[in-house]
Amino acid sequence: MLFEDPVVASRFLTLLTLSFHIIYATIGVGVPLMIMIAQWVGIKKKDEHYILLARRWAKGFVVTVAVGVVTGTAIGLQLSLLWPNFMELAGQIIALPLFMEVFAFFFEAIFLGIYVYTWDRFEDQRKHFLLLIPVALGAGMSAFFITVVNSFMNAPQGFDIVNGQLINANPIAAMFTPAMPTKVSHVLATAYMTVAFMLAAIAAYKLLKGSNHVYHKKALYLTMKVGLIFSIAAAIIGDFSGKYLAEYQPEKLAAAEWHFETEEGAPLLMYGMLDENNEVKGAIKIPFALSILAHGNPTSEVIGLNEFPEEETPPLVVHYFFDLMVTIGVFMIGISLIYWLGIKRGWAFVKAKWYRWLIVLGGPLSFLAIESGWWMAEVGRQPWILRGIMTVEEAATSSDYVGLMSILFILLYIILGIGTVVVLRKMFKDNPVEKELETSQGGDNA
Amino acid sequence: MTLEILGITVLWTFLFGYIIVGSIDYGAGFFNAYSIITRKQHILSNIIQRYLSPVWEVTNVFFVFFFVGIVGFFPETAYYFGTIFLIPGSIALILLAIRGSYYAFETYGNRGHKGYAFMYGLSGLLIPASLSIVLTISEGGFVYMEDGNPVLDYSALFTSPLSWSIVILSIVSVLYISAVFLTWYANKTGDQKATNLMRRYALIWALPLIITSGGIVYELSFHNPAHYERIIDLWWMFGLSFLLWLATVFLIWKRKNYGTAVWLLFGQFALAFYGFGISHYPYLLYPYLTIHEGFTNQAMAISLVFVFILGFALLIPSLYLLFKLFLFDKDYLEGRKKKE
Ligand code: HDD
Ligand code: HEM
Ligand code: HEM
Repeated sequence: MLFEDPVVASRFLTLLTLSFHIIYATIGVGVPLMIMIAQWVGIKKKDEHYILLARRWAKGFVVTVAVGVVTGTAIGLQLSLLWPNFMELAGQIIALPLFMEVFAFFFEAIFLGIYVYTWDRFEDQRKHFLLLIPVALGAGMSAFFITVVNSFMNAPQGFDIVNGQLINANPIAAMFTPAMPTKVSHVLATAYMTVAFMLAAIAAYKLLKGSNHVYHKKALYLTMKVGLIFSIAAAIIGDFSGKYLAEYQPEKLAAAEWHFETEEGAPLLMYGMLDENNEVKGAIKIPFALSILAHGNPTSEVIGLNEFPEEETPPLVVHYFFDLMVTIGVFMIGISLIYWLGIKRGWAFVKAKWYRWLIVLGGPLSFLAIESGWWMAEVGRQPWILRGIMTVEEAATSSDYVGLMSILFILLYIILGIGTVVVLRKMFKDNPVEKELETSQGGDNA
Repeated sequence: MTLEILGITVLWTFLFGYIIVGSIDYGAGFFNAYSIITRKQHILSNIIQRYLSPVWEVTNVFFVFFFVGIVGFFPETAYYFGTIFLIPGSIALILLAIRGSYYAFETYGNRGHKGYAFMYGLSGLLIPASLSIVLTISEGGFVYMEDGNPVLDYSALFTSPLSWSIVILSIVSVLYISAVFLTWYANKTGDQKATNLMRRYALIWALPLIITSGGIVYELSFHNPAHYERIIDLWWMFGLSFLLWLATVFLIWKRKNYGTAVWLLFGQFALAFYGFGISHYPYLLYPYLTIHEGFTNQAMAISLVFVFILGFALLIPSLYLLFKLFLFDKDYLEGRKKKE
């Protein structure tokens, strides 16, 4: 399949590159904020531990950013290489945010270069801290603009198509689509959440591996607190995303929920399987919950898949992606909330080994939630690339070599992925906190 | 000035910027690898760490700017070039990835893997070679239409002397630009050994540069006579460029005013690059696509220009800060630490 059909191959390669890029992109969006928080706390409390935390995160960050930049460059060029017809059409209307994104990259890259190479050049730590603001801002803006483009693909507007020609283009209207507010805020909140839990997982892992230093305890408490805030935000905004879908892309919501018939007071299905007659088996049914997710009203009507022609219904696997995302979201709220309460109230079990292992697990799980969220959103848009306007078939390249190129990119991503892990491990192993702390003094009230 | 012309001028300028800063980066990588093989390492790795590591991401954004910008201003290029550029584009991407990860994995992490340094150096020559294929394709004669889709004729491309000359020119320019710049930079850091080495490389590559450039103009005279005519009309730009080349080589030879030599070099390449661009007008791809047919709508064009001006206002001070800290700061250059 991969070698015969350019459409299948292009979809595969896009999925591969984006799924890989999103890992680094998420880190790129979230880590600057976390460094800012740590460095700020450190300056305010005059606590060297937090400064060192910021410093060590920044050190690792440089490695992931580099891979983020190269994979981002890959997907940026691949959009034109794999979807030339889409880019020709979309270029006329949605090029503006893409163009703005490049300026955000510029901004971020310049200040990141300065920040990373000037740790010891400023007498006054606060000056150095200021350099971080454009980095975090630039990363957030990159995410903002690219998600604006993606929102446009889901709810295109701001132009008319007459005889196959795009006219009356209004680039501003194209940026502010109905999909934009929920999408952008959900993406940002989940990026911050995921990175907080990733850093928490690292701290918990260090504690499990025998280091009992307050440095790690401070790191764990800080990151879990931030993670808690953003995971609650993610769930609330996720609820709004559901309402957006019900209004503007009901077929995606219906596919994600295996909601076949339009009905009032619709139940929400979790998990389960489909048999050969498309009957749902073994699912957990939560009465009225789908109506609440869709419209905030337990008796409201939710549109089902029966209203759409068969060739326009998205693949039903998106159900599992949706379930996975929501389950992980709820799970993460749970463990961070219990941890936070536990520390406040002195519950001993949150410091137990098994609980720390749960926290370690939370890091990879959060990334899995990000991935499955995107898979649901993008696969759930099938068969459209621009919903209602252009299908994926029509958009793809006619070149026969996409399959071959996919093999090369698979190899590349394997090397980059392994390389990242190896280099980061080596970097921190050769340079443990204890060693770095010998040269500086920190407070020990955790 | 019409919006089309304004758009293509902005893009061409950024491409010029990429060619200059990219060449410095690519060439340095190659010289670094070469010096490892010839056991003169550590002469250059210092420069790579001091100057290139803080700025390589900025270099990369110049490239991203170009391909995002051209799809914005001229969406039809996505259709034509996107379809035919899959293989060279993918190869360039993979090589770019190897380079980017070198900075991450070697410079920031632990240095010293020879194989990686070697790949890094080699990619510095192969990337310009694969990207330069776009220029060759744009001259026409290698693309035909089949079922309404553009198709690239690989055998014509690989057997054409023109495409090989352009590949060689791209490689030689990289080495020459990089050597001249690094001569100045090494001299500024006070590293006498590196200065001498780079000066020698600059002189070695000066002559091949002029010979290949001349060869390309000659080959165009039968590959694309229309373009050739327009180049001849602009003879004064190329002539001036040649004089600047002479002046650069003279200064380097005499070990004088390396700073001026770098500016003359920029002038030389700017004249030749814009001369080439102007003579290419109005075609983006001979004979299928011109900047007039491929242009986006008015509303988009105006918004892009507007954003460009705003973005530029943001960039100039930031870039100034970056260069001030890493390129012109005397203490940093000489590796001394100081507090500000
Ligand atoms: C850590 C990651 C994460 C977590 C915990 C959640 N999400 Fe999510 N979700 C994403 C990460 C994500 C995402 C990767 O960021 C997506 C993919 C596309 C997008 O816009 O955001 C997304 C999309 C997305 C969409 C589709 C939007 C669209 O296609 O336009 C809906 C309806 C939800 N989410 C709903 C939820 C709900 C109700 C959650 C309850 C806890 C939830 N999400 C948790
Ligand atoms: C089709 C989708 C995407 C495209 C075309 C794309 C494009 C790019 C490009 C070209 C770069 C490299 C920029 C440079 O040279 O500095 C990049 C990096 C980056 N991208 Fe993506 N991107 C996409 C999706 C995303 C998403 C969804 C996010 C955030 C949620 C994101 C966030 C970032 C960030 C923060 C960087 C900077 C590198 C880093 O800090 O890791 N990108 N992207
Ligand atoms: C500028 C924003 C984006 C653009 C232009 C874009 C474009 C595309 C295109 C052209 C496809 C192939 C068509 C299809 O199979 O559905 C696709 C699919 C996909 N995209 Fe996006 N995308 C964007 C954002 C993202 C982001 C940020 C992610 C996150 C990782 C993502 C993940 C995916 C995935 C996983 C697929 C595969 C879906 C499938 O095979 O059915 N996309 N996207």
